[in-house]
Amino acid sequence: MTENGQTIRSLVRAAITLAAAAAVYEAAARSGYFAPALLPTLPIIAHTLFAMLADGSIIEHAAFTLYRVMFGFSLAVVVGLPLGILMARYRRIEHFCLPLVSALMPIPSFALVPLFMLWFGIGNLTTILIVFYAATFPMLFNTWSGVRSVNPIWLRAAGAMGADENSLFWKVIIPGASPFIITGMRQAFLRAWIAVVGAEMIAASDWGLGWVIFDAKEFLNTDIMLASLVVIGGIGFVFERVVFGSLERATVLRWGMTRTAKG
Amino acid sequence: MLPIEIRDVTLTYDTPGGKVPGVKDVSFNIDASEFLCIVGPSGCGKSTLLNMIAGFLAPASGEIRIGGKAVTGHGMDRGVVFQDFAQLFPWRTALGNVSFGLEMKGVPKQERETIAREQLRLVKLEKFTGSFPHHLSGGMQQRVAIARALAYNPAVLLMDEPFAALDALTRDEMQRLLAEVWRETRKTVIYVTHNVAEAVYLADRVVVMTPHPGTVKAVIKIPLPRPRDPLSVEFVECQKELLRYLGHDANPSETEKSAVNGKLKSGA
Ligand SMILES: Nc1ncnc2c1ncn2[C@@H]1O[C@H](COP(=O)(O)OP(=O)(O)OP(=O)(O)O)[C@@H](O)[C@H]1O
Ligand SMILES: [Mg+2]
Repeated sequence: MTENGQTIRSLVRAAITLAAAAAVYEAAARSGYFAPALLPTLPIIAHTLFAMLADGSIIEHAAFTLYRVMFGFSLAVVVGLPLGILMARYRRIEHFCLPLVSALMPIPSFALVPLFMLWFGIGNLTTILIVFYAATFPMLFNTWSGVRSVNPIWLRAAGAMGADENSLFWKVIIPGASPFIITGMRQAFLRAWIAVVGAEMIAASDWGLGWVIFDAKEFLNTDIMLASLVVIGGIGFVFERVVFGSLERATVLRWGMTRTAKG
Repeated sequence: MLPIEIRDVTLTYDTPGGKVPGVKDVSFNIDASEFLCIVGPSGCGKSTLLNMIAGFLAPASGEIRIGGKAVTGHGMDRGVVFQDFAQLFPWRTALGNVSFGLEMKGVPKQERETIAREQLRLVKLEKFTGSFPHHLSGGMQQRVAIARALAYNPAVLLMDEPFAALDALTRDEMQRLLAEVWRETRKTVIYVTHNVAEAVYLADRVVVMTPHPGTVKAVIKIPLPRPRDPLSVEFVECQKELLRYLGHDANPSETEKSAVNGKLKSGA
C-alpha cells in the first residue's frame, strides 16, 4: 500500500468519528431541551463560520494565533532539545537543572498569565512567552528520557568506528532518541496550542482565536464561539495528524523504531 | 595484520553488592592473521576480555598490546561485532550502516558507497543495500554488522558470539561465510563462543577458559586443513578434546572440581 493511500484512509477513519460526534451534538441541539441561543445548530455554526471565512476575519485571527504558537514552540524546541540532551549526557547539568525543572513544570502556564501581563504588557510578547513556557517542559523532559534510553551498544559501535563527540551527537544520539524527541514535539505543540488560546483570552487585545471567543461572550454569540472552537480544533488536528503524523512516518515508523498498532 | 599480546590481565567489577571478579591473570598471544576462538562456560569473562581488547574496558592490572602498542581505548585498528542484533543503527540502511566507519574517517561519499557495496557483496547482501535493519532477518543483520566492522579495514576483527542467537541452519551458513571472508581478508580475528563445534570449525587455535572467575585453562591448536568437514572423524576428535577441557566429560587428568562436574553430568 502507498504512503498516500494510508494517509487518505486514516483521514477517512477520522472523518467517520467526527461525523458521529457531530450527529450527537446536532441531536442535542434540536432536542428542545436547550435554549437555541446557547446551543446553536450545526447549520447556524457553519453559516457563521463561512461568513467569518468569507470576510477573512477568522483567517487573520488564526494567523495571529499560529504565529504566536509557532514562535513560542520553536523557541521551546531550540531551548528544550539541547538542554534535554545536555542533561542526559552530563551529570552536573542534570543535577543543576532537574530541581528547577521539577519545580517549574507543575505550574500551569495559565496561572502565569496575569504575572506575565504585568511584566511584559498585553500583546504578542506575553502570549509567546506563555506558549514557550508551556511547550518547553514536555520537549525537555522527553528529550532527556530519550537520550538516556539510547541503546548503549549504538554508542559503543559508533565509538569503535571512530565517531568523535560531535558525530556521536548528531549521527547517533539524536536519531537514537528520535522516537522520544518526536513525542516531545507532539506534546509540546499540544501544550502550546492549549496555552495560546488561554493566554489570548486575557493577554491579547483585538487579535487571536482566544480573544475572539472571549470577546463573543459579551454579546452571547455562541455561534461565533463554537465556530472558533471548530477552527481551533481543526488546526490542532491538522498539526497532530498531518504534520507530526508525516514526520513520524518519514522517520521512526520507517526505521521500525516505533510501530503502528496492529489489527 | 597485527599480532596481539595479552599479559596477566585482571579486571574486577565494582558493583553495589561488592567486588565481582571479571577475569583473572589471563595471558596468551595471537599471531597476525590468526583466527583465535575463546570458549568457556557462561559468566567466565569472555565478553569482559573482548571488551578490554576492544578498549571499552581498562584492565585493573596487566597489559594488552596490539601490534606492539599498548591498548588505551577503542581505535580504528579494531572492528567489533557484538552478539546483539540491535547493534545496527535502525535509522540507517544497510549501506548507511556499513558506510558509517568510512564516514567517520572522512572518506568521500562516492568512494565510501563503492566500498560499502563491495563489503555487502562479500557477505552476500548486495540485493539489500537499501533496506533498513528492521526489514532484515537476524542472520542478515549480523552479516551487515560484519560488513560494517570490515568496511573501514581494521587489522583486527573482534566478535562476541555473533551467531549465538541464530537458528542452527543459518548459523552453519554464517560460519561458512565467515571462514570465507577471513580467507579473503586475512584479518586477525578473535571470536568468542561457547559453541565447541563452531570453535573447531573456525579457529586456528582455541583458548579454553575456566569457570568464573575466568583464567586460561588451555590453548589448543586445531590442526585440521580447511575447508573443514564437521562430519569427519578428526573434526569430532577435536570437539571431544575441547569438551574434555571444558569439563563436560570425566577425565582423570582434570582437577577434582571438574571431575565432580563430569560425574554429575554422566549421572544425570
Ligand atoms: N557490568 C558488569 N558489572 C558487574 N559485573 C559484571 C559486569 N559484566 C560482567 N560481570 C561479571 O563478570 C563475569 C564475567 O562476565 P562476562 O560477561 O565477561 O561473561 P561471559 O563469559 O561473556 O558470559 P556469557 O557466555 O554468558 O556471555 C560474570 O560473572 C559477571 O558476574
Ligand atoms: Mg558474553
